[in-house]
Amino acid sequence: MSDAGKIIAAAGLEQLVRLLRARGFEVWAAREQAEALSLQPIESAEDLPRGRIEAAEAGKVRLVASGRDAYFDHTLPMQGLKRLVSPPEERLFACGEDLVPHETPPAATPKAVIGARPCDLVALDTLTQVFQDGPQEDRRYRARREALFLVAVNCARPAATCFCSSMDTGPRAEAGYDLALTELYEPEAHGFLVEAGSAAGGELLEALEGEPASAADRQRALAVSEAAAAAMARAMPSDVEGLLKRAYEHPHWEAVAERCLACANCTMVCPTCFCGTVEDRSSLDGATAERWRRWDSCFTLDFSYIHGGAVRKETASRYRQWMTHKLAHWHDQFGRSGCVGCGRCIGWCPVGIDITAEAQALADALPAAKEA
Amino acid sequence: MRPKLAVWKFSSCDGCQLTLLDCEDELLALAERVEIAYFLEATRAELAGPYDISLVEGSISTAEELARIQEVRAQSRCLITIGACATAGGIQALRNTRDHEALKATVYARPEFIDALDTSTPIADHVPVDHQLYGCPIDRRQLLDTLLALLKGRQPLIPDHSQCVECKLQGTPCVVVTRGEPCLGPVTRAGCGNLCPRVGRGCYGCFGPKEAPNTAALAEQLLALGSDRHSLRDLFAGFTGGAPAFQKESQRHDA
Repeated sequence: MSDAGKIIAAAGLEQLVRLLRARGFEVWAAREQAEALSLQPIESAEDLPRGRIEAAEAGKVRLVASGRDAYFDHTLPMQGLKRLVSPPEERLFACGEDLVPHETPPAATPKAVIGARPCDLVALDTLTQVFQDGPQEDRRYRARREALFLVAVNCARPAATCFCSSMDTGPRAEAGYDLALTELYEPEAHGFLVEAGSAAGGELLEALEGEPASAADRQRALAVSEAAAAAMARAMPSDVEGLLKRAYEHPHWEAVAERCLACANCTMVCPTCFCGTVEDRSSLDGATAERWRRWDSCFTLDFSYIHGGAVRKETASRYRQWMTHKLAHWHDQFGRSGCVGCGRCIGWCPVGIDITAEAQALADALPAAKEA
Repeated sequence: MRPKLAVWKFSSCDGCQLTLLDCEDELLALAERVEIAYFLEATRAELAGPYDISLVEGSISTAEELARIQEVRAQSRCLITIGACATAGGIQALRNTRDHEALKATVYARPEFIDALDTSTPIADHVPVDHQLYGCPIDRRQLLDTLLALLKGRQPLIPDHSQCVECKLQGTPCVVVTRGEPCLGPVTRAGCGNLCPRVGRGCYGCFGPKEAPNTAALAEQLLALGSDRHSLRDLFAGFTGGAPAFQKESQRHDA
């Protein structure tokens, strides 16, 4: 394994795609689809949205030309890796009239994702903690997770909605990848620094044509990440966990509810929102039944339905639940934040509600925590 | 004995009943599980009531219908309304907020021949209903699932959440966010199979308001994105414009 990494030419990306395919991987990447980026299978590096960026702001994500032909000036597809490891709908088991459940066996097509961003890698780790590392392992999740080969791309250009620096999840990937690319887009040379993060990644790196990276090359790559961090416009206020735990009864939740549509878009694009519900379906002849799991959201009324009715009827209580779970109670439950600072919930909110701005509004309205 | 199924028509276009006939691949198997006892669009054979399951299409728009829905209810163990007319009054509920006499005179050469109520109202305004299937027309899969659920005694899958959930499950990019296209998806009930957004069109709300719809906040955003008040008035006054939440929002922009 070449620990120091390699410098490959821009055209080497095509070789990377070929090598992954030769190893039996279906190669996935962010692709342009219906005026947005979504994770899709690709055949070639030509399918990447080269020269395109998604100009994101609150409630608005528009694909525009970046003005140069870099491969990875865009940042995030609409949905993250969640779709690949925890599909929107999935059959859990089927049973006949004997009522013996036949579990859908774990199975997964090996997939390689090119362009997984640092925040999304942390999000994947967050999901893995929930589905795989908890007391009840989801075997289908594990199979899909283990079949993933992750080619991270360190971000060169944050979207205006990004705030990973303040969540300590980017813009440079620390772990959780097999290979990490940093695009070096310079007038005289356009290429990538490729670094390995796993044995499988190291094996692939060996096969890639390129030159061993020098200390100067690695410095150039670090500079890309530093520039991206410096360009990040949004930030989550510090100690948001403590802040939210003092804000349960704050009138600001009502102010958010005036604008919030309770449409659930934020949770559906969030790379860590993991909630699901189960639905039973029966066959036309009535002889078999199936239990399916599908993504659910704490923004729906049915989500909090218990005997006698729904607990969270008001939008204010649903927004509060989402935000406090994500940013505060996740720490109690899983020892980390549930937010990775990807900013998807800001861009894809149809009315542009900004989680960092709402946290800041609470911070401005509440006195700071007293010294214990 | 197979449960008896009846299909009733009130003020409507028949499209929702057609959805049952549209279950071409499933119809024969379904007919083995229920006895089609009354369905004039499919057969002139009629079996006397009572009926185990009644599908009711259409709104209450005439005095005759006002009386007939009571009879249908009395004859039905489980009554399911089907479609935008039966659940929200349909497009014909446009008259609910206008001068009916003046409308009749505008539309018909001989308005005195028109014997209709001043309003078009949903079935649930008149009799208790057990389940409601929404849409213009209803969704074939939802209709089948609901019938199969009743036959098994399980809960039918009729979501109350927004169309946005369906978009994101499908991976459909939001037309409001990517293009500023007017879309009622965030305030409209899911269940259609993501028909319009999937082909890049805004949702026009034919499944009616979702639970707790924040129509005012959506309208504000659509205004900011370039819609004018009259187009908002018309957008909310579509196939489910008679639903209270949409009617109220439409009227807010009728100035």
